[in-house]
Amino acid sequence: MSELSVNHLLGIKYLQEADIDLIFKTADHFKEVINRPIKKVPSLRDITIANLFFENSTRTKLSFELAEKRLSADVLNFSSSQSSVKKGETLIDTVNNILSMKVDMVVMRHPNPGAGVFLSKHVNASIINAGDGAHEHPTQALLDSYSIREKLGNVAGKKVVIVGDILHSRVALSNIFALKLQGAEVMVCGPKTLLPKYIDKLGVKVETNLRKALNWCDVANMLRVQNERMDISYFPSTREYTQQYGVTKDLLNTLDKEIVIMHPGPINRGVEITSDVADSSQSIILDQVQNGVAVRMAVIYLLASKIKQ
Amino acid sequence: MSQKVLLNAKEVNIILHRLACQLIEKHNNFSNTVLIGLQPRGVFLADRLAKILKEDYNVKNIELGHLDITFYRDDFRRGNKPLKANSTNINFIVEDKNIVFIDDVLHTGRSIRAALTAIQSFGRPNEIELLTLIDRRFSRHLPIQPNYRGRQVDVINKEKVKVNWYEQDNEDSVYLIEK
Repeated sequence: MSELSVNHLLGIKYLQEADIDLIFKTADHFKEVINRPIKKVPSLRDITIANLFFENSTRTKLSFELAEKRLSADVLNFSSSQSSVKKGETLIDTVNNILSMKVDMVVMRHPNPGAGVFLSKHVNASIINAGDGAHEHPTQALLDSYSIREKLGNVAGKKVVIVGDILHSRVALSNIFALKLQGAEVMVCGPKTLLPKYIDKLGVKVETNLRKALNWCDVANMLRVQNERMDISYFPSTREYTQQYGVTKDLLNTLDKEIVIMHPGPINRGVEITSDVADSSQSIILDQVQNGVAVRMAVIYLLASKIKQ
Repeated sequence: MSQKVLLNAKEVNIILHRLACQLIEKHNNFSNTVLIGLQPRGVFLADRLAKILKEDYNVKNIELGHLDITFYRDDFRRGNKPLKANSTNINFIVEDKNIVFIDDVLHTGRSIRAALTAIQSFGRPNEIELLTLIDRRFSRHLPIQPNYRGRQVDVINKEKVKVNWYEQDNEDSVYLIEK
């Protein structure tokens, strides 16, 4: 296959395994490009991309912007805190106003789940979901799988545990879809209050004991506790959470094998993961960030190639 | 679809040796020269020439690279078929080097234009030359001509030149195919 089966990247659940394979093969080429002395290719010089961030982001926004610029696209940046959204404009109106300035592609982060799907039905542009509420964050899941593939050679057959706040995490959901699609075994681990009630229906194992989970897995993806999305108290105290679900070097040393540690960032050092683990050779956190640019370049390039002139 | 043999294995072999000799005539011991095969089909020719130079003419230390031009093409989103990338493998600096681009067929010249842009990402070469096995006459869209050519052919637009390599197609040959 040399073309994606979709015109938008709204979530991993809309992709096929061959799509992921194509994205990764294309990302391999872009990874080589971004390690050259001149890290830029002219492919998308006639494409304009709007980055619409209705929710705060540092890493994802920078990563997308860098990916777009390395492909020579023209880039528009928008964040809701400085915009007319505050004056009562609707999402479709905001986006259509931007599109009337001849924008070809929209990268959007939005606090409401399904915002990307909604938009794709109403506006004439290619949409990339950069996170919609607690729903999906497809490019993060793609770069996580890409990093596992790079470190361990393959995703199929690997055992991956996602630890922490599964309930509020779009990264967890997209990762579950992506890993299952590629044939990995997935487990989620966290306090019962932070595990969605029917999560096992997605075909994942559920574990509340961190040590057991780590002993089972090849890769542990540590998630941040999303305090900003918590309307009630889900655990007694941060200290108690850390004691039960924080990964420390001592804990890793008691395992009988060396596992790979991942984190989508931003890290709360000393809460879900200690500094010595985050900075250790087992951790591929900074590789994830570098791969993020290559994977996003691949997604943008492949979607742009489907926009007809 | 009908096809006609333009070159058979023996003729290809003779031409490859002649091209190798022409390269030696110009570049001597290749101390400041690098060969760059253009992906996808130019790399077979580049690999073969490098092998002939090493084994038959005892030229040592030939630097050989492969360059993919997919992301530099000017027909992105214009064709019906999506463009498929190949790997680039250039693990040396091209700054101040004499480069020989190597491709199987020179047709419109657009691939070479893309390669001229792509190579700039690896430095500023001293000089760039072009070697092609087949030069399709009267078909150029750009003012680009080869410095070394295997065989010049006149081909009308609805015909296609197909170069086969033993490594991939189990024979060395060049066909003229009528679409």
